[in-house]
Amino acid sequence: MSYVIRRLRAFPLVLIGVSIIVFIAIRLVPGDSITAMLGTEAGLLTPQQRDSLAIYFGIDQPWPVQYWRWFTGLFSGDLGISVTYGKPVLSVILERFPLTLELALLAMLIALSIGVPAGIFAATRNERPADLGVRIAAMIGQSTPSFVVGLVIIYILSAGFGVLPTMGAFTPFWQDPLQNLGQMILPAITLGCAFASSVTRVTRSAMLDVLSDDYVRTARSKGASERSVVWRHALPNALVPVVTLSGIEFGYLLGGAVIVEQIYALPGLGRMVLEAILQRDYALVQGAVLFIALNFMIVNLLVDLAYAALDPRIRLEGR
Amino acid sequence: MTSKFKYFLGATTAVMIGLSAVAGHADAATLRMAWAQDATGLDPHKQTAFSSLRLLELIYEPLVRLDADLKIIPGVATAWEFSTDGKQLTFKLDPKAKFQNGAAVTSADVKASFERILDEKTGAANRANYLSIESIEAPDAGTVVFKLKQPDAPILTAMTDTNSSIVPASEIAAGTIGTQAVGSGPFKLEKWDPNSKAALVANKDWAGGATGVDGIEISVLPDETAILAAMRTGQIDFALLNDPLIATLVPNEPKLQLNRAPLLAYHVLQLNPARKPMNELAVRQAISCAVDRKAVLDTASLGEGQVTGPITAPFFASDPNSLFCYKQDVEKAKKLMADAGFADGFSATVIAATGEPPTAAAEAQVLQSQLAEIGVKLDIKMMELNVYVDTWLKGDFDMAVALNGGRPDPYTMYNRYWTKNGNLQKVSNFADDTLDKLLQDGRAETDPEKRKVIFAEFDKQLAEKAPWIWLYTGYGYTAQQKNVQGFVPMPTGSLVSLGKVTIQ
Repeated sequence: MSYVIRRLRAFPLVLIGVSIIVFIAIRLVPGDSITAMLGTEAGLLTPQQRDSLAIYFGIDQPWPVQYWRWFTGLFSGDLGISVTYGKPVLSVILERFPLTLELALLAMLIALSIGVPAGIFAATRNERPADLGVRIAAMIGQSTPSFVVGLVIIYILSAGFGVLPTMGAFTPFWQDPLQNLGQMILPAITLGCAFASSVTRVTRSAMLDVLSDDYVRTARSKGASERSVVWRHALPNALVPVVTLSGIEFGYLLGGAVIVEQIYALPGLGRMVLEAILQRDYALVQGAVLFIALNFMIVNLLVDLAYAALDPRIRLEGR
Repeated sequence: MTSKFKYFLGATTAVMIGLSAVAGHADAATLRMAWAQDATGLDPHKQTAFSSLRLLELIYEPLVRLDADLKIIPGVATAWEFSTDGKQLTFKLDPKAKFQNGAAVTSADVKASFERILDEKTGAANRANYLSIESIEAPDAGTVVFKLKQPDAPILTAMTDTNSSIVPASEIAAGTIGTQAVGSGPFKLEKWDPNSKAALVANKDWAGGATGVDGIEISVLPDETAILAAMRTGQIDFALLNDPLIATLVPNEPKLQLNRAPLLAYHVLQLNPARKPMNELAVRQAISCAVDRKAVLDTASLGEGQVTGPITAPFFASDPNSLFCYKQDVEKAKKLMADAGFADGFSATVIAATGEPPTAAAEAQVLQSQLAEIGVKLDIKMMELNVYVDTWLKGDFDMAVALNGGRPDPYTMYNRYWTKNGNLQKVSNFADDTLDKLLQDGRAETDPEKRKVIFAEFDKQLAEKAPWIWLYTGYGYTAQQKNVQGFVPMPTGSLVSLGKVTIQ
């Protein structure tokens, strides 16, 4: 327990660091909210017009003042106002988050339910043709970019079968589960496929390691069935690297999957951040990155806790 | 089966099909539309992005509009007249014109709208077109008089811009322009979820008459391949396309129709005459002679467009073949380079924006290989759009591949670059007495035929002095299901005719 508290105590420091880096990075990039809105027409503005637009966008003050204003707002839960959406940053993020969370969960579900069995299957048939087949498939899956998979799926469905899920707006699961799944399943497959390949490869090699361990030989010599050896004795230990990998991947997915969201026109966090960067919507970029960083840290903590649950030999320091 | 029963069955089936057809039509009365880029805001005086204007022009109306031939037609105003000295412009407002909040559009609203544009605190880029306005008078509710400091013929064309829309004086006073969209146009904005979806409903009070559809549902599909796929499956009725590569695939689909309109916007290679050796006339002319404009168009844009001179509005444009070195002449180019003392060529950097336009990188590459023939070594630097805009506005480049917006009036289009106090002198870096005088003459002259002669000379001079190398104009693309009727493609890229589109 004290371990968790100690980890949680480090969160604010990391978040402040992240916020400062993002704050500076986005401002170092040439162009600002004014050129983003007006494009080359910004050249027609008089200095006074420029000044009043700078006040409108909240970029008239020196950087430290801007940061301090934003930072002190955080304590009252105020992440600022997004100029593109005309709404508080937090509400824009929370509107997009359910989609991103659902997409990440579905993609993980698909990836793990394909990748773990495939990895075990390959490991138990080490260097046999079936193993080779799985490894080749995993290699192809891992090296095909998701935009290719996505566009091929869309093309085959629309040109070959004349069907396509509704694109553009997002229907939350609790409003219409069927329509929601119809919208989410293809993006989830697109994301899940690539990740399933990594899971397969990691599961396979971890399984091979574990299967050659002494305790597995002991289990076998005690007459345990092959099934029990693989699933009960070997698998839990082989899962440790898979959990690490999944944790990191899940953390990334919670930051949004820009390319897949772009192709399937899903209004998720990834596209929102991309648009916000292009529009130089500073408050939204800062708020979103902070939110994503927080998610990442929570997922990391959960992964560390999961280690201990999976492998009793692992002791979290401070326990 | 008895014949009576057969008759009953047949009749019931027919009725059911008929009913479903009616139901289908009722559904279809909402136009399902898609575009890849969404509007970035709702303030019609501030938002200048192409994508924003496409949404705002369906909600707001300016005093006057343009038709597909770029002739000025009524908007909120039904009639207009310049005084004989050209220093007074009077508008009669449409008594039927109403805002979507039910209030009539009056001269007070027009006055307040233009005063908002002219107020520097607003930050309206369009203000630059209205500096000749001395005062605005509203003698009665239906009349507006603009008093001008000097004769200004192009001011009327400038007023056709969506950025000069008339908004309610009450909304200006309340400070809600940009958060609430209350215009007098064909559609009311019901819901807007940026970068995802927008819902427009027909404005029953629109002075332009009944709209052809009950509403428009706009989906933002950022990938144009996905837009085409959604149209293929019948999910989308109408779409705006940017990428010529995608647009040229539309005619392969039996149910779809591609609309093309030659645009006023022009693809150009901007030279920076403030930098050596582009400060030498001969060098600039050599570059102009070395470029095969048709080849750039064919390679970068699949031949989708037309080679153009500086002026792109059809009424004023010259025949490109009559302009300086519009036929590639590498020998002449080499000679000009040698005369200028650059027989061995030189190196320069050319900037271009990633994906904006989609053809930018390809254009830069074709130009790179063409200019290599006269020894000019181009280093291509691709930039994110906003970084590019920032660099461009500072004039911080040797050369730039650009897609610049065109205007129906050559003065409004070019005074920013080629008059001595133009706002974008920093970008063009080129001041020239003849060009300046021709533009001033064209501004003051009100007789269209005389203006045409002035601007033909301007066109010729600009091509010959070659501060920039004008390449080609592309097309504006929209794709639609064949049952969508009545859409009129416009050279401005405007979608304003959606007000009259019907679904059969």
